[in-house]
Amino acid sequence: MRRIISILMENEPGALSRVVGLFAQRGYNIETLTVAPTEDKTLSRLTLTTYGDDKKIEQITKQLNKLIEVVKLVDLTEGPHVEREIMLIKIKATGAQRAEVKRTVDIFRGQIVDVTNSLYTVQLAGTTDKLDAFIGAVEAQVMEVVRSGVSGIARGEKVLSI
Amino acid sequence: MEKLSGAEMVVRALQDEGVEFLFGYPGGAVLHIYDAIFQQDTVNHILVRHEQAATHAADGYARSTGKPGVVLVTSGPGATNAVTGIATAYMDSIPMVVLSGQVRSDWIGDDAFQETDMIGICRPIVKHSFSIRDTADIPEVMKKAFYIATTGRPGPVLIDIPKDLTSPMAKFPYEYPSKVKMRSYNPVVRGHSGQIRKAVEEMLKAKRPVIYAGGGVVQGDASEFLINLARELNYPVTNTLMGLGSYPATDRQHLGMLGMHGTYEANMAMHNADFILAAGARFDDRVTNDTKKFAPGATIVHIDVDPAAISKNVRADIPIVGPVEHVLEEMLSIVKEIATKPDAKSLARWWEEIDGWRDHHGLRYEKNDNGLLKPQQVVESLYRATNGNAYVTSDVGQHQMFAAQFYKFDKPRQWINSGGLGTMGFGLPSAMGVQFAFPDSMVACVTGEASIQMNIQELSTCLQYHLPIKIININNQSLGMVRQWQDMQYGGRHSQSYMESLPDFVKLAESYGHVGIKVEKADQLDEAMDRAFSLKDRLVFLDVYVDPTEHVYPMHIADSSMRDMWLSKTERT
Ligand SMILES: Cc1ncc(C[n+]2csc(CCOP(=O)(O)OP(=O)(O)O)c2C)c(N)n1
Ligand SMILES: [Mg+2]
Repeated sequence: MRRIISILMENEPGALSRVVGLFAQRGYNIETLTVAPTEDKTLSRLTLTTYGDDKKIEQITKQLNKLIEVVKLVDLTEGPHVEREIMLIKIKATGAQRAEVKRTVDIFRGQIVDVTNSLYTVQLAGTTDKLDAFIGAVEAQVMEVVRSGVSGIARGEKVLSI
Repeated sequence: MEKLSGAEMVVRALQDEGVEFLFGYPGGAVLHIYDAIFQQDTVNHILVRHEQAATHAADGYARSTGKPGVVLVTSGPGATNAVTGIATAYMDSIPMVVLSGQVRSDWIGDDAFQETDMIGICRPIVKHSFSIRDTADIPEVMKKAFYIATTGRPGPVLIDIPKDLTSPMAKFPYEYPSKVKMRSYNPVVRGHSGQIRKAVEEMLKAKRPVIYAGGGVVQGDASEFLINLARELNYPVTNTLMGLGSYPATDRQHLGMLGMHGTYEANMAMHNADFILAAGARFDDRVTNDTKKFAPGATIVHIDVDPAAISKNVRADIPIVGPVEHVLEEMLSIVKEIATKPDAKSLARWWEEIDGWRDHHGLRYEKNDNGLLKPQQVVESLYRATNGNAYVTSDVGQHQMFAAQFYKFDKPRQWINSGGLGTMGFGLPSAMGVQFAFPDSMVACVTGEASIQMNIQELSTCLQYHLPIKIININNQSLGMVRQWQDMQYGGRHSQSYMESLPDFVKLAESYGHVGIKVEKADQLDEAMDRAFSLKDRLVFLDVYVDPTEHVYPMHIADSSMRDMWLSKTERT
């Protein structure tokens, strides 16, 4: 099962490498990873997605919690949550295809953020599924894809903070 | 406020932590620190002959005293030599602080002379690590390092110190923090009372109970509570390799060690139990055999200070996260106050069954009638000569298992071995650490002719500091444990398990300034052993030739349950 684990950790050099290293060392996979400081500059928020059954995820979260720099963490997939990923994608668009691509971008509520004679650069935000669906739907040639990895936050009153 | 250089801060912080011994080896990156060491005499620096030995010596000191072991090594090769010892301490959760020198901060990343990324290398084998970035941070980092190493589930902590930050030219205000608070590190201090009560209720319902106690009981100084609880209930106790000594081995309720080379009775009791109290033990693969076939009918209570240890290998029915000493103490008081008592009739029947297993196979072995010693006899002789009162360290191999099986440890911290990593070369340097801590106690290192050669250079350290360790070299002229597996699983093809060209260990000991005694026949053993221990202020190297064909039994049959064992070369369950 796919999980989104969101970690609040000390914004210190070496902290990220410990999280990533733990996954390698214990044979867990990381699908996506995003990290940036929070409004409190001493803390970073790291979100990663991984796959595993309950037992494996329990071990992962316990081992992550043992890392000294990890302050708190939550498995967002345990409850209702919002997840978003941003994608920048360069698409070949010439002639009749230009209108076609534009239409698909509109359907997915993306934005064209850069244009050349032969290319569109499109920005799209949404769930991982939606971004995948967009790539599937574009009939023109995809030249380059950059995805941010998943960020997430719990719905409702729940807050991950110290 | 007093002003100190970075190097002086390091040494002063060690003093403020009450560090007695610093095991180390100098080199360029730590010369400022060595100069600061030279100018004081509170912290005794012990000069080893190889950095691996520094870590094992600190480790032996830590295991025998419960206090953190402290190590100082230079950058690059000095630091990498320490890696095996750090990993050894990590696997057995031993409190240790390792200070490693680093190249100047402005050279880091340039592949400077003797630069290695020690933080990177050690990431998976330390509880935590710090890289000093500012001299003024040294006191706080040192405080945190000791705090982290010694609290919760203990472990090694590394501090990497660039040379320029220890320079005598720059002085900064020094004040050692009296406490630390870290928002991201709050080890549990008590177990959950509701869970503890639930566990006790379950425990009192048991008809076939076993207490399975591990290294956590030794490290948590929880032995007294374990003993009182077991006696109060008349429940049998078995120990892991790491837990030996936490319950007196000579006591009737003790079933001996369990696991791969555990006793028949301990493994049978575990398999047939309807209730298992796991205290400070981690269901290691050397204990459980195939976890899918582990103790099929048992309700399992698991006490561990590390939440990640619980339900990692075997699912606990009642998990209790907390320091084992507090949890056992609380259990004991509930047991005393509660009206329910264990069902005496079932318990009596259970003991009868256990005693039957004991008769069937305790730890039996056949002696040779041609005078060629069996390794077990050597450990028995050591036990006799020391009245069971020695600290015994060991290396890794058959001799380690024989020591664990045949030396009856009645006290915690008496038995010192590398259980988790299984590090050959651990025995002698760890014995040094023990002897430094307890200069007047008997310290024996049970080793093999292969293991001892992995840190043999420490004989020189032993001479320098007059350490009267007794080295009991169980010399089977082979990598015995490897050979045993080859006998059992590789059709007797002894690929590279033969130790050719052995040195004359007696002469070798003598050339290092020690006493060497060779024993080749059974009738020489006891006398030689007594002689070794009568030389109270000398290191004695007892080189005992034993039967190279002997195997360690019982031995678990791989991928089966705990009750499936080889009991001798020809007999299996
Ligand atoms: C550093 C290291 N290398 C290799 C091994 C694998 N190993 C385990 S036991 C053993 C043989 C040990 O021989 P010896 O010290 O003579 O002990 P014996 O088994 O003969 O009693 C070996 C090679 C190990 N545990 N540690
Ligand atoms: Mg040998």
